[in-house]
Amino acid sequence: MPSFVITEKCDGCKAQDKTACQYICPNDLMVLNRDLMKAYNQEPEQCWECYSCVKICPQQAMEVRGYADFVPLGGSVIPLRGSDSIMWTVKFRNGKLKRFKFPIRTTPEGSADPFKGKPEANIANIKKPGFFTHQGAGKAMPLPKK
Amino acid sequence: MEKESCTFSYCQKPAIVEHETDVLIIGGGMSACGSAFEAARWANPQKIRITMVDKAATDRSGAVAMGLSAINTYMGENDPADYVKMVRGDLMGITREDLVYDLGRHVDDSVELFEEWGLPIWKKAADGHTMDGAQEAPKLSEGGKPVRSGKWQIMINGESYKVIVAEAAKVALKTNRDATGVAENHFERVFVVKLLLDEKVPNRIAGAVGFSVRENKIYIFKANTILSGTGGAVNVFRPRSTQEGQGRAWYPVWNSGSGYALGIQVGAELTMMENRFVPARFKDGYGPVGAWFLFFKAKATNAYGEDYCVGENFEYTKKLYSPYAEKMGTAIRNHMMMMDMKAGKGPILMNTHHAMAELAKTMDAKQIKHLEAEAWEDFLDMAIGQAGVWAGNDVEPDKSPSEIMPTEPYLLGSHAGCAGFWCSGPDDIGAPAEYNWGYNRMSTVNGLFMMGDICGASGHKFSSGSHAEGRIAAKSGVAFVLDNKGFKPTVTKSPDDLAAEIYLPFEVYEKYKTYSTAPEVNPYYIKPKMLQARMQKIADEYFGGVGTWYMTSATMLESGLKQLAILKEDAALSGAKDLHELMRAWENYHRIWSIEAHARHIQFREESRYPGYYYRGDFLAINDKDWKCFVNSKFDPATGDWKCFKKEYKQLIPD
Repeated sequence: MPSFVITEKCDGCKAQDKTACQYICPNDLMVLNRDLMKAYNQEPEQCWECYSCVKICPQQAMEVRGYADFVPLGGSVIPLRGSDSIMWTVKFRNGKLKRFKFPIRTTPEGSADPFKGKPEANIANIKKPGFFTHQGAGKAMPLPKK
Repeated sequence: MEKESCTFSYCQKPAIVEHETDVLIIGGGMSACGSAFEAARWANPQKIRITMVDKAATDRSGAVAMGLSAINTYMGENDPADYVKMVRGDLMGITREDLVYDLGRHVDDSVELFEEWGLPIWKKAADGHTMDGAQEAPKLSEGGKPVRSGKWQIMINGESYKVIVAEAAKVALKTNRDATGVAENHFERVFVVKLLLDEKVPNRIAGAVGFSVRENKIYIFKANTILSGTGGAVNVFRPRSTQEGQGRAWYPVWNSGSGYALGIQVGAELTMMENRFVPARFKDGYGPVGAWFLFFKAKATNAYGEDYCVGENFEYTKKLYSPYAEKMGTAIRNHMMMMDMKAGKGPILMNTHHAMAELAKTMDAKQIKHLEAEAWEDFLDMAIGQAGVWAGNDVEPDKSPSEIMPTEPYLLGSHAGCAGFWCSGPDDIGAPAEYNWGYNRMSTVNGLFMMGDICGASGHKFSSGSHAEGRIAAKSGVAFVLDNKGFKPTVTKSPDDLAAEIYLPFEVYEKYKTYSTAPEVNPYYIKPKMLQARMQKIADEYFGGVGTWYMTSATMLESGLKQLAILKEDAALSGAKDLHELMRAWENYHRIWSIEAHARHIQFREESRYPGYYYRGDFLAINDKDWKCFVNSKFDPATGDWKCFKKEYKQLIPD
């Protein structure tokens, strides 16, 4: 039902203000049932299968069951996202397995310092073409040849 | 039907937050993140305040939320003038070449920043072999050679693309808080539903209103300038998969046309809203085919193994669509694919197995395994659902072909489409005076800038181009603020009245919900899900969706527009049981405005400019004599009139 929550594994993010899946879902699909302290997908037909919830779940309690409109049962695609790479396990309906590992970033998470070592913006040039980075490095913007 | 109004007699009144800022960024995707980054650098020393409002969580919002396997716009060694030629060709001859050239000359800086921030970009080693983005290699800015999957595309390991870009934007916003002393300038889970015009200065933006999708709170933002970076319109047409599979839209299912609706209602001029995109993708999962075509050199054929872009198909296509047919753009190839599908020669197949066998001839087992992983990564980075489709169907791409299919139509301006607003362009590259009115990327409403999907007539920006365009708009927006320092927004409508308008679907629902024993069926309101279903049915059957093989005409459009007008009235009787449904009610209202603009533009343009995307059955050919021009339109917020008109196309880059 696109993304779903495994009852046994979900701990409702231990009753924090909101669960990780609720925090991240781009389409506001995840809800916490406060009686059961378990999350669920409230609108499976609006799920893009972006896997943001699956990747972020601290309990690995979320998976995806392919769209029933067109995906036969039995296959699965399961990620394990680390700090610099992601591992994928693709299980086919016939039981075959494929595993892949891909890098996801080359810098530590949270280390961004986007203006470090960058030129200041010169406000006198704000109406001239080029970003502050171009202008600061003295890179002229090209013009189409006549 | 009687009109309903909200007096908070039935539903709870929300808390009201008023927030003043100088630059308001609406959206949190690539263009919004780009704008936050560039704006902060220019604004901080001037103590100009920046605020970003995102409907979702910025780490995973917008079209890049899932990730991407490639960056489609990186010039590198290429001339931006050649990029203009490509865009013009693919968009059937009509594009704002000033905007496209300007984007091309700016975009690489954003890509190089992404790499600096941690995005792994594939590189070509000295011996020609491919290295993934984590391997030690010179960066692009140091002369590193990217792996091209096409003239403009470079391959990446893009699972965390959006997380990385968001991180930089969030730090930029923090530097702005530090510089201005503002406590909060990044609002997540706040959905902007309406823009506010200034009540003293005509045609001048003054602010925006929205609501929290998590708590009973509405937000009134007053701003000197607004940068709108919301996404295109998805699921406005009835999708091919109508049950839970409708979530697997090719473009993000949460792109609800909000940017179009917001701008239209304050009178911003639209351009090329008749344009749409109908990508041919792997059937059902809508996984990317670009890398298969470009990188793996796979060929698509009909079920008999025949190329559908030659012979009789091509001869017929040339008769109607020459000289565009010969350019073999995306629309033309779609058109010839559909010819074979309609002739019963489907299914159309992407011959992945032949392509991999061909490449395997020159590669050893290890290289083949690597190649296979690359093929899977193409899906796993950006359309994971497609990997699920292949897993569930036991498809192994090296052993069997896979079906491709034209999707339902999408409205957008940053991918291979150009539906959006008419914006001012750069003043230094020889565009006619009517393409520039002082501030790059400003719409025809003073102070309102458009970027990414909703800046029109300038497609093929993709992720990197949207980021760069956000930066271009941000720099102009800051310049606009500096030129209008004394401006104080005037909004006389009371916060209570604005709250009442936003919460109307709650009031209607609470008022009537006990009339019937089950809340889903009730004669006094319509739930968002059914509102959307009705809109999709009208769009599909009258405006050229999959149900009519993308065919429409003057008579069909007229009939559909009549039904849409009634649907718009009924939208004022939306009923919402909770904040999530309130969000859906407003999203679908935005979709209705988007599809109305689309239909009105198709109605005005009496030719079939985009065969393979849509056809006017009454004007089946391309007619360059009368229609090699932009179609623009304007809704007048004072009178409710909507006018369509022609705008001159000027070629700036010679063939």
